[in-house]
Amino acid sequence: MFAILATLALAAFLAPSLTRWAGRRCGWILALAPGAALAYLVSRLPAVIDGETFDATVSWVPALDVSLDLRLDGLSMVFGLLITAMGVATMIYAAAYIGDDQRLGRLNATLLAFMLAMLGVVLADDVITLFVAWELTGITSYLLIGYDNHKFQARRAALQALLVTGLGGLVLLVGLTMLSWIAGTTQMSAMSAAAGSVQGSPLYGVVLAMVLVGAFTKSAQFPFHFWLPGAMAAPTPVSAFLHSATMVKAGVYLLARMQPVLGGTEAWHTTLGVVGATTMLLGAVMAFPQRDLKKILAYTTVSALGMLTMLIGIGTSAALVAAMAYVVVHALYKGPLFHVAGIIDHETGTRELSSLGGLRRTMPITAAIAAMAALSMAAVPPLLGAYAKQLVHAAEGEATAAAGYIYWTALATGIVTTSVAVMLAVLPFWRAGRETPKQPHEAPISLWLGAGLLATLALLLGPVAGTTFRPLVDAAARVAGASPSELHEETSLGLASTSHAAEPASAGALEGAADQAHADADHGAEHGEHGSGTLLKLVTIATGVLLVWRRDALLAAVAPVGGLARFGPEAVYRLSVIGLKSFSGVLTRFIQNGYLRSYIFVVLLATIVLAGYPLFSDRAPLPPLAVLDIRLYEGLIVMAMLMATLFATGTDSRLAAVVALGLIGIGVAINFMIMGGPDLAMTQLAIETLSVLLFVFILHRLPRFEHFTSLAERRRDLVLSLMVGAFFTSLVWGIATEGGESALSPYFAEHSLSEGKGHNVVNVILVDFRGLDTMGEITVLAVAALGVFGLMRLNLDKEKKNGKVA
Amino acid sequence: MENLLVLPIVIPLVTAGFCLLASRRIRLQRSLSLFGMVALTIATLALFDAVRSEGILVIQAGAWPAPYGITLVADRLSAMMLLLSAIAGLAVTAYAGWSVGERRERFHFYPLLHVLLLGISGSFLTGDLFNLYVCFEVMLMASFVLLCLGGERAQLEGGVKYVILNLISSAIFLTATGLLYGAVGTLNMADLSVRIAQYENREVINSLAMLFLVAFGLKAALFPFAFWLPASYHTPPFAVSAIFAGLLTKVGVYALLRVFTMLFVGDPDFTHTVIGILAAASMVFGALAALSQKDIRRVFAFQIMSTVGFMALGIALGTPLAIAAVVFYLAQDVILKCNLFMLGGVADKLRGSGNLDKLGGFWKTKPFFSILFLISLLTLAGVPPLPGFWPKLALLRSTIETGEGVLVAAVVLAAFLTLFSSIRIWSGGIWRDAPPPDLEPTDLAEREKDARWMMVPAAGLSGLLLAYALAAGPVFDYAEAAADQLLNPQVYVQAVLGEGN
Repeated sequence: MFAILATLALAAFLAPSLTRWAGRRCGWILALAPGAALAYLVSRLPAVIDGETFDATVSWVPALDVSLDLRLDGLSMVFGLLITAMGVATMIYAAAYIGDDQRLGRLNATLLAFMLAMLGVVLADDVITLFVAWELTGITSYLLIGYDNHKFQARRAALQALLVTGLGGLVLLVGLTMLSWIAGTTQMSAMSAAAGSVQGSPLYGVVLAMVLVGAFTKSAQFPFHFWLPGAMAAPTPVSAFLHSATMVKAGVYLLARMQPVLGGTEAWHTTLGVVGATTMLLGAVMAFPQRDLKKILAYTTVSALGMLTMLIGIGTSAALVAAMAYVVVHALYKGPLFHVAGIIDHETGTRELSSLGGLRRTMPITAAIAAMAALSMAAVPPLLGAYAKQLVHAAEGEATAAAGYIYWTALATGIVTTSVAVMLAVLPFWRAGRETPKQPHEAPISLWLGAGLLATLALLLGPVAGTTFRPLVDAAARVAGASPSELHEETSLGLASTSHAAEPASAGALEGAADQAHADADHGAEHGEHGSGTLLKLVTIATGVLLVWRRDALLAAVAPVGGLARFGPEAVYRLSVIGLKSFSGVLTRFIQNGYLRSYIFVVLLATIVLAGYPLFSDRAPLPPLAVLDIRLYEGLIVMAMLMATLFATGTDSRLAAVVALGLIGIGVAINFMIMGGPDLAMTQLAIETLSVLLFVFILHRLPRFEHFTSLAERRRDLVLSLMVGAFFTSLVWGIATEGGESALSPYFAEHSLSEGKGHNVVNVILVDFRGLDTMGEITVLAVAALGVFGLMRLNLDKEKKNGKVA
Repeated sequence: MENLLVLPIVIPLVTAGFCLLASRRIRLQRSLSLFGMVALTIATLALFDAVRSEGILVIQAGAWPAPYGITLVADRLSAMMLLLSAIAGLAVTAYAGWSVGERRERFHFYPLLHVLLLGISGSFLTGDLFNLYVCFEVMLMASFVLLCLGGERAQLEGGVKYVILNLISSAIFLTATGLLYGAVGTLNMADLSVRIAQYENREVINSLAMLFLVAFGLKAALFPFAFWLPASYHTPPFAVSAIFAGLLTKVGVYALLRVFTMLFVGDPDFTHTVIGILAAASMVFGALAALSQKDIRRVFAFQIMSTVGFMALGIALGTPLAIAAVVFYLAQDVILKCNLFMLGGVADKLRGSGNLDKLGGFWKTKPFFSILFLISLLTLAGVPPLPGFWPKLALLRSTIETGEGVLVAAVVLAAFLTLFSSIRIWSGGIWRDAPPPDLEPTDLAEREKDARWMMVPAAGLSGLLLAYALAAGPVFDYAEAAADQLLNPQVYVQAVLGEGN
């Protein structure tokens, strides 16, 4: 398994140079990489259908219990086949679609990197490995949506997709971390054993909510669905691959994977059922008024994703089987439809539904592919779509939570989906011809081959679905929690129905199949009373066609409702982004306001609050006053220093203030001298002098001193200064009074002469015991000198003004 | 082996001296400087290897026994930081020749750079609290002069804020050190670790701990002490910003990590809770503020604040996993922040401005540069499997295990905002088409040539980031072992003070 991932990684790495070398044929060559992966998966297919799993593991970050655990089982097989098969089609299509563009190499590399990540998502068994791959799909998707990087629209759509799925991803990470913490394992395959303790945990609700947010954002569920139509800014091959067939199904995949661990509860059934059904209906309804072929397809994708979520929410064996079947069927019809939309765009220069018509004459092959795919979408037998739809109808009847809601939304969705299928496959090809920007002609084989193969597959598999397609779907459903015994029962029913359908497509056989399907529905649910299956189906199709026929009138009638979009989730997103940025601006200007005095104020205030809290919160009494033993001259020096301080704060002249500060330094130096450290005093004097000089050089380049503060502010500052002074005085006082003896002084006194060869202990400390400190301070002095020199001599502003270039 | 400990101090000092002697010959200075940085890298690599195989290394300066003299110590954390500083120094030296301009080089850019490295190396090596202060002063003075070198008005404005706020930090640091010495009577950190634990007045110790938190928090750019950083980092040449961004705040984080795992561990309910609150505020405010900035270096400056918040959060949580996360964070962040500023410098060179409104158009014309930038931006955003992801994951896990929902929310929010602001740079600064720069064609050609050379060290650091991604397992193992040393200070104490303690 690692070999196929490595192959893709290598292909992605080599793609840019390979593209440059092979030119337009690069697609055929690069398709070999996903082709090899596909071949590998197919070779393992029989074993996986029999219920075998293949594991591979490599240690990654053992300190975090993260390992690259891969596991190929039925569920990963279904998704893996989709990714690789669509991957082959995409690589061939993309190179032909993009044509000569210097960025094609990077596009190919990104597409292959995405395939690698997406396979990682479905093969990962370790939750963190899954998350790593999950995020990589998001980043590659971002880069692909923004392929037309010079267009604002594309960049905005890419950002929107990234932010929505990125936030979802972070929430998912928290959820998965909590889940593996509760379950005691990071391996998803081992988690189902801990389902009891997970669902019994008080944190179950939180974990569930977080995992669902992750899955819903990725799979474009309401109310996060809006990023997906926006993502249509990507080139069509990308939309077909990422935003229809694979990446957006990652959320569905995760839900199926987590069903055995988190599923089966009331919360699970209700949330997934309601959110899924809402998304399903909303997607279909919003697809109907769109004018752009790709937008129509995007909304139907949203609708399909909603249906998948709803099915997993229903969670019975039949529903899980239906979900897995529909995952495949959806890719087999939606992929070709996207490719068709791309071909139309490529050959006619427009994707506007209203400007297209009569293309069947100039583009017969494309028309045939579109027809096959649309029939599958509309669930017309004998296509695979019909088979999957049967399973779905049967499953919908089994819903226990929100059953009525699911029933009616499904019915309405069915009608609109039929209309949309007609809009996609009939209008551009079969109505009277219209003027298009480019003279249309049939696309080259590299553009239609992939779509043609996928659509044909749906046609060929349809009649024999029960024997060929169903076992794989069952294998996937078993992993997602379907019970093998129920599946067995189900399979026999499925076989019965398809054996009818496999006969020549006589009306009777079709009816038989539909009846059988409905019998399934009756079998497990309360909705048997709602009409006969065949009639319902006919009514659905008739209504759907009617809607398309009267589409313009209908759209005009409901136009005012369109205004509601202003309050939709997308508007919320836009406002949040704008709001976030302006909040950031306001807050930053408030806190980082550019005034040094406000910075100093905050720092000092925080200092005395934090350091004062432990001392005064417990009313720890200040230690008793030590007897003050101050001599007169000491007092005088201190007084002088105090006066200098007061003068420095009061004066309007910066220079005078600096001189006053220098005076304080000299006071300290004198103190050192008195206490027997002449070397120290000299150092202090030198430093003071240099500091004053340094200050002066900066100060004389600053603007004139002015008072910006109000009197109230100055009073406030005064109070703070006094508080800071008082705080430090009391702290020093306290520690000086009750602090311990120095552990070092006796040693210094003893060894200063004997080993340091000096009578003055302070000097020996400076140059020997702590010589390293002194060396550091000398360096500081040297640097200060360099600084004074530099500031004196180098003024690049002036040099620039005078025309000298630095 | 112990003698290796002296090299990270001696090499920069000697190099600075030689560069100073060659002050009129810029080409010679460049070569000397590069040579010195290579030597420093080799020496720190040897030290790193020695510490990894032999454990904590100790040398007593002047052979005065601890705690009376000054001790130099290297444990796994120190050894790693020394190596990273040398690598960042090497990259910036290679970068500087093409970007800072000859006038500044003539006015002692290289000696100052090496003195800065001296102060930084000293901070990581010293086992003495007062000597740490001295090293901070060396760093502060060298960085202040580097910041103002050139004397441009914006530089001086930034420089004044930088130096005054940092001097306040120094004053608090010095006062707190003096008071601590007054209370327990020693300055050697190993000795302090023993004596503080025995000191009875918890309130005084807590109060002093808060003073150290302010002093080091200001150096580390923790909220609300970080004002100096966004006020100054966008003013000097990019090479100066790059070395600052890579190393200065990290020294503050290092100091916090040191004292809050070794010295002030008696009352974590108070001290570490405070750190946690400041950390959360830094994470969120830094990431949020970065969103509204136009100057690319101001964006990065606020993101530094946010990153420091993440690291401080790890210190506050204090579990082995969280401390390991901090060490991993440091390991990649030195390289990352240095690289971001260097790449920003390339963009600035090519467009004549570092303003996001004027950048762009690189994706079409400079794919290699764009990809380098993308690697760093995604690392910053914490996108897996790049190295920025792993420490975030470890921190998230540690936070979840404490059960503090608010902190978990802060981590998620900050991570999301960081993703947003990183991508904003990509989208606006690289992807977007930009009008051609307002530069003379001859000047532009010259700049293109410089930019190519400036990309060499940036490519090297980017490669290092990718290497971290591949070697995340071994790096995390190292971080875990480093955390183990930090959380069991008795080994350090014994190594410094000898058996019997």
